[in-house]
Amino acid sequence: MSKPKVVVIDFGVGNLLSVQRAVEKCGTDTIMSSEQDVISQANRVILPGVGAFANGMKALESLGLVKVIKKIAADGIPLLGICLGMQMLLDESEEHGVTKGLGIIPGRVVPVPVLDIGGNSMKIPHIGWNSTVIAEGATWNKTILQNSTPGDSFYFVHSFMAEPDDQKMRIADCLYGGNRVAAVIGKGNIFGCQFHPEKSGTTGLEVLQNFLSF
Amino acid sequence: MKSESNIRLVARLDIKGPNLIKGVHLEGLRVIGDPEEHAYRYYKQGADELVYMDAVASLYGRNHLSEIIKNAVKNIFVPLTVGGGIRSVEDATAVLRSGADKVAINTAAVANPKLITQIAEKFGNQCVVLSVEAKQMSNKIWEVLTENGRERSGRDVIEWVTEAVDRGVGEILLTSVDREGTRKGFDVDLLHAVSQSVTVPVIASGGMGKLEDAIDAVNNGGADAVAMADILHYERATIEDVRNVCRSAGLKVRSYEQT
Repeated sequence: MSKPKVVVIDFGVGNLLSVQRAVEKCGTDTIMSSEQDVISQANRVILPGVGAFANGMKALESLGLVKVIKKIAADGIPLLGICLGMQMLLDESEEHGVTKGLGIIPGRVVPVPVLDIGGNSMKIPHIGWNSTVIAEGATWNKTILQNSTPGDSFYFVHSFMAEPDDQKMRIADCLYGGNRVAAVIGKGNIFGCQFHPEKSGTTGLEVLQNFLSF
Repeated sequence: MKSESNIRLVARLDIKGPNLIKGVHLEGLRVIGDPEEHAYRYYKQGADELVYMDAVASLYGRNHLSEIIKNAVKNIFVPLTVGGGIRSVEDATAVLRSGADKVAINTAAVANPKLITQIAEKFGNQCVVLSVEAKQMSNKIWEVLTENGRERSGRDVIEWVTEAVDRGVGEILLTSVDREGTRKGFDVDLLHAVSQSVTVPVIASGGMGKLEDAIDAVNNGGADAVAMADILHYERATIEDVRNVCRSAGLKVRSYEQT
């Protein structure tokens, strides 16, 4: 049986090497590419990303990848957005003015609350390991978290967070200052994780492994 | 400022050429062994992050860590910070392309504070760690040293960290040169003074002698993360030991099962 062809989209930002190495650690070869043709033919696609939302979208647009990624999503090819890559799946972001996203998952990207539920200031960005809880009404079956355990910790680095319109698309949250912050969202074969699975030790590799087995 | 995240346990690896080394007061460097082997061991013990510092890079104006980092990311899946000899946006880009998640800057930032903003604008504040080598001059007054503790800068630590955060630093790696390698415990006064002055996370570094020192750094120093070197390199304790002691003291740490 041939291994699935996994493409990590290279749009010029972020720590792509780590994503690629983590996928390889899961026993799957990957290609990094910014080519429309290569990405279109993938069996699985990872959209990573570190940095500002507007820069990320601008890079995808200039490479002609917006329609390619939308088609992948529409065709049901498994797609995983990581961090900024997750946020770009939504309709728009409020980071430095409003910027349009890919519009694959309905919803917005908004700032992480600066106050905790008691009204105290929180440190922003939210940096570090945080544990996950099941989102209200969600199940982790048949998602990238199907082998994870509520309470598992992952590595987060972000100042903005995804808010899908449909609560059913929230799979896992983490708590920051008592506020719920989306940790994993999804719709069908499309997933986004706010944390970095490639930087979250064995618990993170499990999430990638699950994505690769979809 | 409250931080809801777990206290991070950080393994610090000072590198000279191909070797992991350790000194006292950043001097008298002794070879410990192979960095890859040690780094992997700390990763397996549950280190939340690793910091690699090229101890002599500033001296020669270049960073030799790229190859070590490229190998590390094949087997180590936690955040990596790399410092030592990063003088430009191009240097930072090269290190990040090799697999680092953050860059630590000291000497070049003191000489040219605009470098902080330039790197932060390109990669985000979370990517820029200010490495501060602090030397106590009098009661509650510390001076910034550069060139891995070899040169005095004439700058006051508190004034410098405040400026650096305004310029875009996302985190501070605060090394007490007086305590570094001495096993006498962290300089809690220094930690407290810095963590009270800035809104970004502070990593305590220099002086971890016994497990309880980590608790002291957090509870009395206000540290968000604790860096360890000597205590790990000489196998006086494991990350797991530190984690257990912190947890027993009521500190929030990452849940981790060693495999």
